[in-house]
Amino acid sequence: MATERERRFAGPRRGQLVFALGFVVLSLLLLVQIGDQTIWAAKAEFFAQPRFWPAVGLGGMVAMGALHLYRLPWRRFTVNDRVELRRWAAVLEYALWFMAYVLLVPVLGYLPVTLVFVPLLSWRMGYRSRFMMITSIVFAVAVVVLFKSFLGVKIPGGAIYEYLPGALRSFFILNL
Amino acid sequence: MDLFLSALDILMRWDVALALLTGSVGGVLIGAIPGVGPAVAIAILLPATFSMDPIVGLTVLLGIYGSSMYGGSIPAILINTPGTAVNALTTYDGYPMTARGEPRRALSLAYSASFFGGIFSVICLILFAPVLAKIAPMFGSREIFLAALLGIILVVVAHRGQALMAGALAAFGIFLQTIGMEPVKYSQRYTFDAPFLQGGINLIVVVLGLFALSQAFVLLTTEDEKIRTTRLSGGSLFQGLRELARHPRVASVSAGFGVIMGMIPGVGEFTAQFMSYTYAQRSSKRPEDFGRGSSEGLIAAETANNAVPAAAMVPLLALGIPGEALTAMMLSVFYVHNVVPGPGLFQNDMDFVVALYLALLILNVLVLVFLLFATKSLIKVVKIPNRFLGVCILTLSFVGVYSLRNSATDCVLAAVFGVLGYILKRLSLPAVPIILGMVLGGIMEVKLRAGMARVKTPLDMIDRPVSFILFLIIVLVLVIHIRRVWLDRRELKEAEWQSKHRSTSFGRLLLRRKSSFVMERGKLQRARRLKWYRRLTDLF
Repeated sequence: MATERERRFAGPRRGQLVFALGFVVLSLLLLVQIGDQTIWAAKAEFFAQPRFWPAVGLGGMVAMGALHLYRLPWRRFTVNDRVELRRWAAVLEYALWFMAYVLLVPVLGYLPVTLVFVPLLSWRMGYRSRFMMITSIVFAVAVVVLFKSFLGVKIPGGAIYEYLPGALRSFFILNL
Repeated sequence: MDLFLSALDILMRWDVALALLTGSVGGVLIGAIPGVGPAVAIAILLPATFSMDPIVGLTVLLGIYGSSMYGGSIPAILINTPGTAVNALTTYDGYPMTARGEPRRALSLAYSASFFGGIFSVICLILFAPVLAKIAPMFGSREIFLAALLGIILVVVAHRGQALMAGALAAFGIFLQTIGMEPVKYSQRYTFDAPFLQGGINLIVVVLGLFALSQAFVLLTTEDEKIRTTRLSGGSLFQGLRELARHPRVASVSAGFGVIMGMIPGVGEFTAQFMSYTYAQRSSKRPEDFGRGSSEGLIAAETANNAVPAAAMVPLLALGIPGEALTAMMLSVFYVHNVVPGPGLFQNDMDFVVALYLALLILNVLVLVFLLFATKSLIKVVKIPNRFLGVCILTLSFVGVYSLRNSATDCVLAAVFGVLGYILKRLSLPAVPIILGMVLGGIMEVKLRAGMARVKTPLDMIDRPVSFILFLIIVLVLVIHIRRVWLDRRELKEAEWQSKHRSTSFGRLLLRRKSSFVMERGKLQRARRLKWYRRLTDLF
């Protein structure tokens, strides 16, 4: 049965201990390196020291993170924590999709990669009807036209565009 | 009057008009889709606005900020799911109205109340602007440092029950902004000799990761919900204005709460709504109707949250201190265009400030007109499936991060912060303190250095009236927070004692152990004696 302290805790139990422990350990690791990673300047005021604000940040992280860990109503890892960790790890798949998209755009060009990326990820997410495929293609084209052609955001043309003939090449580099 | 005319002159441009239209319609659409809040949209659009004029870029972002709550009320009322987080209270009374067959009346009331809140706050602030212009110059480095410190403290203590972790995350934000080359002694801080860290961690990369990418991850990992929308019936979309006029007291007090709470950094919509709703319920002739489709409850919730955006611009414009994540993002637009918000802006570019407020005023009118005529078509956007929405946000996030510096490293960092944001969302922990820690930490570092250079002892920091008042407020906030923590702790102890069967006193524990031991030994002795006694009796 959950104790009064557990009932009053804001948020779910799963993953709290892992996160709090990880946060404190990481903060401590960063704090112990403060001597190597920052300098103590001679003839500078205490508050103007380059080390002052990293110390404030890391000190706050360690102190408040440790207090949070101490105040947690749980002291043991459970099966739910392991399941939650797996859930966090599952998100890495989408982070990898994102990174693949990022790395392919400068090579193959914004429009071609977006035209493949959006329908492919939609397919992966289980949307396989013709309507959803067409919607994803329309969305991909709309995003490229809106941001690159109209708003002119800085996204470089793909290396592959170099092989296009003269006028088409500059049109693709500038707009798609 | 001259000021008003020159402000109008700034707005009389086709690109500003287009920005107003795009911001208002886009904001309503974004607000109406559950799962995409204004933070996601602003984070994605931020880099795109860098190439625009400050007034155009800010109008688009302000449009999204100001109008998303109008849109957020649609799913809150029709399907009991708030479109944006701040529309959660709208579901209390909006959805019961829909359930009893009055969705049109509920929507109309929500639009009218939001419109009143928006207009009320803008008018208040236009009238208040000359006063602000007089007060703002009283803020020097020390005062801005103390105001930023107050902002961070308020953000942390606003997360009741999670203040420790919110504080740790704010400290994490402060640490993040120190990474890279430090501008005074030109030394490296926490770069680990990695070239990509030497320029520091960009705020927009963190914002995009924590808000946009994390939301995409959340949507991609959740199941699609089957949404059944209600047919619009029960009254006219125009009747809300008439009904609102019957509750002027609730509307104006709620808008007042919205304005005041919006101006205080770190407080925002939730507190304003909570206070307005409580006030409306206590002062109502029918308090039992609240939560069951009360028009006063709906008015209180919607008026208060829509009065906040304009008010939230006050600390940003007057002092350069953002009070929450959305205004923190807007601060970067100012910096990109070399417009430094703060006392100087009110002194030198007052017409720009008034133009922004006028833009907000026009925006509210545009949104109301748009909603009154387009609600029927807007309901369809609520049905966009979650995971497809996740795919869309992931695609759009790329534009936001990559267009900043065309750096794949920025994208890796954004993905890392995206995963962190996802974890924070799963644990119901706030991401806003990280952003405010980054922004306010940077301001505090610069202002403390500048302020301390002019004082001899630390006490001189508070020798001016404004700085002394700010210091007193900081102490007061901390005292109130510590008292609340102490009361919560006492309440918890009492609850624990009530549910406990035995004492935890160590002395009593030992006494119990002793008596139990003595009792056990007594039993053993008696049994042994009994055994000998039986043997003895058996002899005879």
